[in-house]
Amino acid sequence: MHETLSIFAQTGGLLIFVFLFAGVVAYALWPRNQARFDAAANTPLTESDTPATSGQNEDGIHVR
Amino acid sequence: MSIAQGLRRAGTDPSTAAVFLITILGALWSLFAAAFAPDAAMRGQSWLILGGFLTGIIMLVGTIAGGGVIDDEREYNENLIKAGVIATLFWGIAGLLVGVIIALQLAFPVLNIEQFGFTNFGRLRPLHTSAVIFAFGGNALLATSFYVVQRTCRTRIAGGIWPWFVFWGYNFFIVIAASGYIIGITQSKEYAEPEWYADLWLTLVWVVYLLVFLGTLWKRKEPHIYVANWFYLAFIVTIAVLHVVNNLAVPVSFLGSRSYSLFAGVQDALTQWWYGHNAVGFFLTAGFLGIMYYFIPKRVQRPVYSYRLSIIHFWSLIFIYIWAGPHHLHYTALPEWAQTLGMTFSIMLWMPSWGGMINGLMTLSGAWDKLRTDPVVRMLVLSVAFYGMSTFEGPVMSIRAVNALSHYTDWTVGHVHSGALGWVGFISFGAMYCLVPWLWKRKGMHSKALVDWHFWIATFGILLYITSMWVAGIMQGLMWRAYNELGFLEFSFVETVEAMHIQYIIRAVGGLLYLSGALIMAYNVYRTIKGDVTEEDEHVVPQTAAIPAE
Repeated sequence: MHETLSIFAQTGGLLIFVFLFAGVVAYALWPRNQARFDAAANTPLTESDTPATSGQNEDGIHVR
Repeated sequence: MSIAQGLRRAGTDPSTAAVFLITILGALWSLFAAAFAPDAAMRGQSWLILGGFLTGIIMLVGTIAGGGVIDDEREYNENLIKAGVIATLFWGIAGLLVGVIIALQLAFPVLNIEQFGFTNFGRLRPLHTSAVIFAFGGNALLATSFYVVQRTCRTRIAGGIWPWFVFWGYNFFIVIAASGYIIGITQSKEYAEPEWYADLWLTLVWVVYLLVFLGTLWKRKEPHIYVANWFYLAFIVTIAVLHVVNNLAVPVSFLGSRSYSLFAGVQDALTQWWYGHNAVGFFLTAGFLGIMYYFIPKRVQRPVYSYRLSIIHFWSLIFIYIWAGPHHLHYTALPEWAQTLGMTFSIMLWMPSWGGMINGLMTLSGAWDKLRTDPVVRMLVLSVAFYGMSTFEGPVMSIRAVNALSHYTDWTVGHVHSGALGWVGFISFGAMYCLVPWLWKRKGMHSKALVDWHFWIATFGILLYITSMWVAGIMQGLMWRAYNELGFLEFSFVETVEAMHIQYIIRAVGGLLYLSGALIMAYNVYRTIKGDVTEEDEHVVPQTAAIPAE
């Protein structure tokens, strides 16, 4: 029981964390995501004084 | 902007009814505790808790009589943030004041007035730490997270009256905890001193906070969740886990204040410092990084330097920080491999910390002139610089050989305060200086010169604080390990205390300067809210300016 649990926690945990983190790095550096990240980075700069209530365009900018 | 007329109110919605039920049950419990609690401290404190719940009931009746809580999707909930800003300033000054008092008590022990138990350093010290971390820092995080999540999700905060329950419930927790310390109620866990009933109340408030935050993210009108929200969410989730696990305890009775922890011995120590260090990592770091990632880009009108770096910053911080706690337990009964693990992960933290610092600082590229023209930007930037400095110093101190010298000395205290006063304090003050004109719709602060004064006085105060504590701490550590030629210890403990007298005075002066800066800020904010704004500040960007449509 102890053996099984420690293999799960130690080896399994190591593999899960390493692969998860590799996935995160790949997601962050994937070239096709650049445009989305550029749009996201501008989120604080493109806000209005009221919430978006109705329609929106693709960039999430209020178009009503 | 059709603000004043015809805002939709919720009436007696389920959220109001549920909060009403909670306050009634709370009032009943505290009434029973006031009558039957086995310990006198609890019987006394129950009256205060009862008073809090009764105040809650009165406020709820007022809300219902007024037609229910405002629940209008056409505008952001800004009153909530205004309340948070005022609470932040109030608790900031209270906590700093207690800090100055206990600094003076260390320099002049006669100030521990023996006739009054509550003036004892042992009781005032948790009052100071809880007031600055949880009351000041916590309210700054509540206010800014509620602001940022609404703005970056382009939607009103979710949950009817629940966000207000979070604000008042959290501040009620602080009052319960703080008044408990003064009359001697504590479970003696550092940064987790409140007893079981206060812990349960905070758990309820915190779960509601998480649900309100998630609910707002859920109904967002923006495809991507902005990175600041990731940091806030990590802060909320991790603090919930840390708080619940570290405070697992069995109360002695249902109405008394005493409880016994689930943990004992080295397990207790490890759990406590897993909690304690991640309170630093997720409360004082991740949460305030959320502030950095919103307020610095917003204030300088530049997108964050690298959004990719911010994603890697976030995940590497989350993956690494949680393991660093054991560095608080070098040379203890904790197995050496666990100590080494904590030390190794602490050193690995250099990478995400400095990555994040660079990301924050480089956001100013192309706008460095604002350092000269805008004291608020200067405050935010110096804050990030202090973040870099204290996250460099921390890993160094976690190395076992360095720790042998630094641990239990005032070097640790100085390190904590370069992070707390420099990073947490300045990023919070900077965010408040942004928020006050934005929320109260002013052209700028009442006096830009006073912001400058605040900046320079407080900065000088921090420098006095950390340099005196470096000297005191290293001297103290060296004196403790000095042996004479016969192999006996060279100095008694009290001789080290005597040697530090002058540094303790310098530290108290530094703290006093920092407090003075906060008082200047409170005056400036008060005048701004009152409407005494004469000159327009071009750095207080009108919120609508960036939107060309409409």
